[in-house]
Amino acid sequence: MDKGALGKEYEAGTVIVRQGETGDCMFVVQEGQVAATIEQDGQESMLGLLGPGDFFGEMCVFEKQPRGATVRALTNARVLTVDKKGLLRQITVDPTLAFNLLEKMSARIRTLNSQVAWMDGEQNLRK
Amino acid sequence: MAKPGDLKLQDGSRIAVIGGGPAGSFFAYFTLMLADRVGLDLEVDIYEPRDFSLVGPPGCNMCAGIVSESLVQNMAAEGINFPPSVVQRGIDSYVLYMDVGAVRIDSSRREARIGATFRGSGPRDVKDVKWDSLDGYLMNLARDKGAKHIRARVNKVEWDADPATIPLAERRLTLKTQDGKSQTYDFVAVTTGVNTALLKVFQELNIGYDMPRTTKAHIREYYLGDQAIEKYIGASFHAFLPTLPNIEFAAIVPKGEYVTLALLGEDIDNATVDAFMADPAVKQCMPPGFEFDKIACWCGPRINLAGSAQPYGDRIVFVGDSGVTRLYKDGIGAAYRAAKAASTNVVFHGIAREDLAKHYGAFCRAMESDNNLGKFMFAVVRQIQRFRFSRRAILRMAMEEQKRPPTAHGGMSMVLWDMFTGSAPYGDVFKRTLHPVFWSNLAWNMAVCLVGRQDVSRPTQSALESGNQ
Ligand SMILES: Cc1cc2nc3c(=O)[nH]c(=O)nc-3n(C[C@H](O)[C@H](O)[C@H](O)COP(=O)(O)OP(=O)(O)OC[C@H]3O[C@@H](n4cnc5c(N)ncnc54)[C@H](O)[C@@H]3O)c2cc1C
Repeated sequence: MDKGALGKEYEAGTVIVRQGETGDCMFVVQEGQVAATIEQDGQESMLGLLGPGDFFGEMCVFEKQPRGATVRALTNARVLTVDKKGLLRQITVDPTLAFNLLEKMSARIRTLNSQVAWMDGEQNLRK
Repeated sequence: MAKPGDLKLQDGSRIAVIGGGPAGSFFAYFTLMLADRVGLDLEVDIYEPRDFSLVGPPGCNMCAGIVSESLVQNMAAEGINFPPSVVQRGIDSYVLYMDVGAVRIDSSRREARIGATFRGSGPRDVKDVKWDSLDGYLMNLARDKGAKHIRARVNKVEWDADPATIPLAERRLTLKTQDGKSQTYDFVAVTTGVNTALLKVFQELNIGYDMPRTTKAHIREYYLGDQAIEKYIGASFHAFLPTLPNIEFAAIVPKGEYVTLALLGEDIDNATVDAFMADPAVKQCMPPGFEFDKIACWCGPRINLAGSAQPYGDRIVFVGDSGVTRLYKDGIGAAYRAAKAASTNVVFHGIAREDLAKHYGAFCRAMESDNNLGKFMFAVVRQIQRFRFSRRAILRMAMEEQKRPPTAHGGMSMVLWDMFTGSAPYGDVFKRTLHPVFWSNLAWNMAVCLVGRQDVSRPTQSALESGNQ
C-alpha cells in the first residue's frame, strides 16, 4: 500500500462484507473496483460495480438490518471504513452531512426505478 | 433594527473569506455547496496571500498536519477522499512514551484512518517536491465549487456607511488589501487563524469580537530518509508525556522522508525544546546517534488556549482558530465542523448577529464547554504524571489491553487514543473514564504498580513496530 494511502487494502477476490452479517460501519472505495452481489434462492446476481468515491454498506447505518449484499474486491482495492456511531452522531449535530449520502442513495433509487420500468416493458412485450 | 431572519443572503450576494487555510476553504466550499442545493447564486472570494505550492514557511500554515480519524471519515461521507499525494503517511497506531516505558496502541479497526500531511509543500530544504499541500488541496476544492482566489493580504475592514445612522440592511463591509484595492461585501467570513495582526482590526470595529487567548507552540521538521522512517517511526504517531513543567504533550509524526516534531503547552521556548530533546524517551524513538541540531525547518506558531467569546457580529463570522477551535487537538477537524455550522447558518438562517448567535453561537459554546472539560482532563493527566506508580499503572493497563481483542468500552487504550489523536470530543473521552470496568482495572493496576517497584518493561523497537509487547 502507498505510504500515504488511507484505509485498508484488499486483494482481488477478497470478501469485504458478507450478506447476512451484522454491520457497524459503511465503506468508501478509495482505489480499485469492488463488486456487490446478492444471493437469493441459491442464485448469485450482480448488483453493480463500485469504484473510487463510491460507498457501500450504508444501509446498515440507517437500518437495523443485516448486510443486504456481499461485496468483494474485483481488483486490488483500497477501502475506508466509516464508523456508524460516529457518523450518526455527527449527522445529529450537522444534518447536512447526510446530503451527499442521500444524493447517492437517491441516484441509486432512480437507477433502480428505470431498471424496474425497463423490466416491466420487457415483460409487457413478451405478453 | 433587522429582526432575526430578516437579513438573508440573496441571489448575487457577495461573500469575502479572509484567509485560505482549512477554515476558509471549508467555509467557501460548504457555503457554495449548500447554496447550490437550494438554488442560491452566490459569489465567494477567498483572500489568501500564501502560495501553498512553495516549500518552507512561505507556503505553510505551521502545524503538525494530522488529519484526525473523525475528519477523514466525515470527509469521506461528504464525498471528499484525501488522495495519497496529499497524505504523506497513513497512520494506523500510536506509541505513547513516558519515562517509565512505552506502549503501542493500534487503531480499533487496524486501519490507516489518520492522515499525516504537509500544510504547505514541505520543509524548507526540500529540493524535489513529491507531494501536494493539504491547504492547497482544500483551496482547490473550494475553487472547483466556484470560489475565486484573490492572492492578497487584507489589512483593513470597515463599514461602507456610518453604523450610527445607517441601518444594517443598507450598509456593507469593505475590505482593503495591501495593494491599495478595496471591495465591498454582503458578508465576511474571517478565517485568518491567530498568527496575524489583522484580528486587532476587528476589535476596533466594535462588533463585540474579542480575540482568542493563545500561547506559543513549537514545530520542527527533521530529515530521516525512507529507511530510518520505516525502521524507527513506521506508520505510528509517537506521543510523549514528558515531565517538563510547561509541555502538555509532544508528538513525532512521520511524513514522507521527514518527521515533524510538535510541542504543545504554554510559552514553549528554546530551552524547553532542548530539555525535551534530551529526554531519554525521545532518544529511544529516534534513530541511534541522531543529530537533533540538523533541523530541516522550524516555526513557533501560536495555538489557542481559549476561543473568542463572541465570534460573530452583523454580517460577519469568525471561523476556525480566529473564532473557536478545539483545545490542543484536531484544529483542522474543528475548522471543518465550525465552517459547516457557519455555512449552514448563513445559507439557511440569516446573517445578522442575532441569527449567528442563535445557531453558530450555540455550536461555539458547545465546543468551548468541551474544551473546558479538556482542560480539566489535561490537569488530571498532570496530576497522574506526578507519581511514578500512577504513570506505570496507565502504561501497564494499556499494555495488558493491547494483548487482548478490543472491548466495547475501549478501556485505557481508547481513552489515550481519543485524548491524543483528537478523534473524539473531550466529553466522550471523559464518559469513557466513568465506566466501572475502567475504574476497577485502573485501581487494580495502581495497586500492582504501588506494590511492585520495577518499571513497566520497555518494549523493544521490533515490538513497537509489530505492536506485540
Ligand atoms: C504546534 C501546532 C500543531 C498543530 N497540530 C495540529 C494537527 O496535527 N492537526 C490538527 O488538526 N490541527 C493542528 N493544529 C491546529 C491547526 O493548525 C489549526 O487549528 C488550523 O490550522 C486552523 O485553521 P484556520 O484555517 O483557522 O487557520 P490557519 O491554518 O492559520 O489559516 C489562516 C490563513 O489565513 C491567512 N491570512 C492570515 N491573515 C490574513 C490576511 N490579513 N489576509 C488574508 N489572509 C490572511 C493565512 O495566510 C492562512 O493561510 C496545530 C497547531 C499548532 C500551533
